[in-house]
Amino acid sequence: MERTLPPWVDMGLLPLINVLVVFVVTGIFIAIIGENPFSALTVMLKGAFIDKGALGYTLFYATNFIFTGLAVAVAFHAMLFNIGGEGQAMMGGLGLTMTALVLDPILPPFLVVLLAIPMATLMGALWGVIPGWLQAKRGSHVLITTIMFNFIASSIIVWLLAGPLIEPGQMSPQTRSFADGVQLAQLHTIFNTIGFSLPSSPLNVSFTLALGASFGVWLLLWRTRLGYIIRASGHSKRAALYAGYSPTGTIVITMAISGALAGLMALNEVLGVQERLTLNFTAGYGFTGIAVALMGRNHPVGILLASLLFGALYQGGAELDFQFQSITREIVLIVQGFIVLFSGALAHMFRPMLEKVFATAKPSHKDVSHDK
Amino acid sequence: MVLQTYAIGRATMRSMLAKMWVPVLATILTIASAASGAEITPAVLYDVGGKFDKSFNEGVWSGVKKFTEETGIEVMEFQPTNQAQREQAMRRMIDRGATIVLAVGFAQADAVAKIAAEYPDIQFSIIDVGWLDKPNLRQYVFKEHEGSYLVGVAAAHGTRSGKVGFVGGVDVPLIRKFACGYVGGVKSVDSSIQVYQNMAGTTPAAWTDPAKGAELAQAQIDRGADVIYHAAGVTGIGVIQAAADAGQLAIGVDSNQNGLAPGSVLTSMLKRVDVAAYETFMDAKDGNFSPGVKVLGLAEGGVDWALDENNAPLVSEVMKAAVEEARADIIAGRVRVHNYETDASCPY
Repeated sequence: MERTLPPWVDMGLLPLINVLVVFVVTGIFIAIIGENPFSALTVMLKGAFIDKGALGYTLFYATNFIFTGLAVAVAFHAMLFNIGGEGQAMMGGLGLTMTALVLDPILPPFLVVLLAIPMATLMGALWGVIPGWLQAKRGSHVLITTIMFNFIASSIIVWLLAGPLIEPGQMSPQTRSFADGVQLAQLHTIFNTIGFSLPSSPLNVSFTLALGASFGVWLLLWRTRLGYIIRASGHSKRAALYAGYSPTGTIVITMAISGALAGLMALNEVLGVQERLTLNFTAGYGFTGIAVALMGRNHPVGILLASLLFGALYQGGAELDFQFQSITREIVLIVQGFIVLFSGALAHMFRPMLEKVFATAKPSHKDVSHDK
Repeated sequence: MVLQTYAIGRATMRSMLAKMWVPVLATILTIASAASGAEITPAVLYDVGGKFDKSFNEGVWSGVKKFTEETGIEVMEFQPTNQAQREQAMRRMIDRGATIVLAVGFAQADAVAKIAAEYPDIQFSIIDVGWLDKPNLRQYVFKEHEGSYLVGVAAAHGTRSGKVGFVGGVDVPLIRKFACGYVGGVKSVDSSIQVYQNMAGTTPAAWTDPAKGAELAQAQIDRGADVIYHAAGVTGIGVIQAAADAGQLAIGVDSNQNGLAPGSVLTSMLKRVDVAAYETFMDAKDGNFSPGVKVLGLAEGGVDWALDENNAPLVSEVMKAAVEEARADIIAGRVRVHNYETDASCPY
């Protein structure tokens, strides 16, 4: 990957142009179905950021995307395509739930939460390690195996929730709720206790954990030896091998970290909101994480921004669905499709153009630096 | 793929037609009934399968439509895509003035319980849930096992190969309840008839995947099944299509699906969710809203088998007599169809 563009253009301007194009195309699309694109945009932005509790929901969705986006990005730096965020998150949720269900009758809630969080990461990591190990030892491509592991995970969860773990006395495939206090505090309750009034939203402590995880991933990838190995083996497996790094170890460890990050998504949904394991709590966030990582250029800062965008789209999109008769959830899905298309598949559409622009600007820039 | 496009094409056609109709009708009726002065604002939250699934949700929608046509009262609608949205959507609807909220499907149970406790002055109603207890909540439970038993009897009389099939959406208790009643009905006629059972998947996509439904139906047909009952939402459209393509019979579910492939749908297990929706809003409008659990079985007309001009040629006199006899026996209590819900097991 040769960088011919200044980093701020590569990381900032190019994605921004892509997003603008998405807005224009979406606007045209909305005009075609007979609504005013500008009022739709207003409704969406208001619905995502300004309305009562809207920002909380946007950040709540963003939390899911940060975790799954980071998971995809870490693996991608080692050139591993982890499509299994969905399954890893499910298993994370399962690990967390099992810990809570077993321990909440005997331990204080605080301790249960403290033990449940590492179990979520462990189970998520396990669901990443197995495909990673198969890749390293057997050459089974993680792209395929992680998808398969999504299905295995969802089958396990359906089986458990329809049978052994179902809450007795009702028909919904879900476990009993955890004991009182076995939860991550929602931010509006925290703020209300210290005197600020915030509208109710599911935004919870997981959001701060997600920010921490982003910083952690940046540290890991660019400031540690392990991160260097991960990136080196992504650039060239042979060079990494020649330098003395074990490719097997690197793949397995990378997939463990990736799976653990995806597993953490369960904190937000299971421990932050539902306080029990329900079917389909992952709701496709694992897959959206791929788009988020693509759009964020596999960099934590980019992923934070892309997560915010997708969070706003989820929350504002629901608002569109509410306000307009002709804009249904399918239309909102199409808009998400545009984003993936323009920032993922066609991400480099404007690159040649920008390269030309900056190539003509470059020499003078160089001259200046030479003079110094 | 062709199948899927076909199904989606039809669904969008209908939804477009419906969308043109509703505002027109609503305007006419609002003018007509402006004098009656209704004070309720109803809202409905569909299940993830979506409003136009030709089955469960569409049944609710037809009840909602009937209510709007008769009273001129517009109903707020929303189709959630994830768990967090359910609570949020209910809050938003109430903020915007909803006085009665109908939630469709067991997946909304938690959200309804929570929001109903938060807003004691708002009326709530939920379909397929009977285990909650709130003073402002009405719950509808259907005896799907009884209706499924009837179509099981029909299937047993319709099969020539002695092998019948069942395709469910996801292996959850509600679908096992359908399957169990069906097997009971089949075996009551001839215990040697084999029943193949398949579930379409384990993810939400399992409810919306006609191609998968067609695949499973084809596999069952290849194993000799010639009557296939589905309880799989949109996926079931594929089951019906595959049965029709192979010259075999399908059994529809929830809504009357006999007309989806006339001559190839033996009957449909009707689950009158439309009645539940219509009744909820009508009661609220007339001030007769009552909380509690409403259990709708054969006796109450909540479930039944569908007999119309589309399947009349398929239903022999013997079959009809047998189904009607089973129906009378169940209503009279002479036959007790096992309900999977009671002990999470199926004795058939």
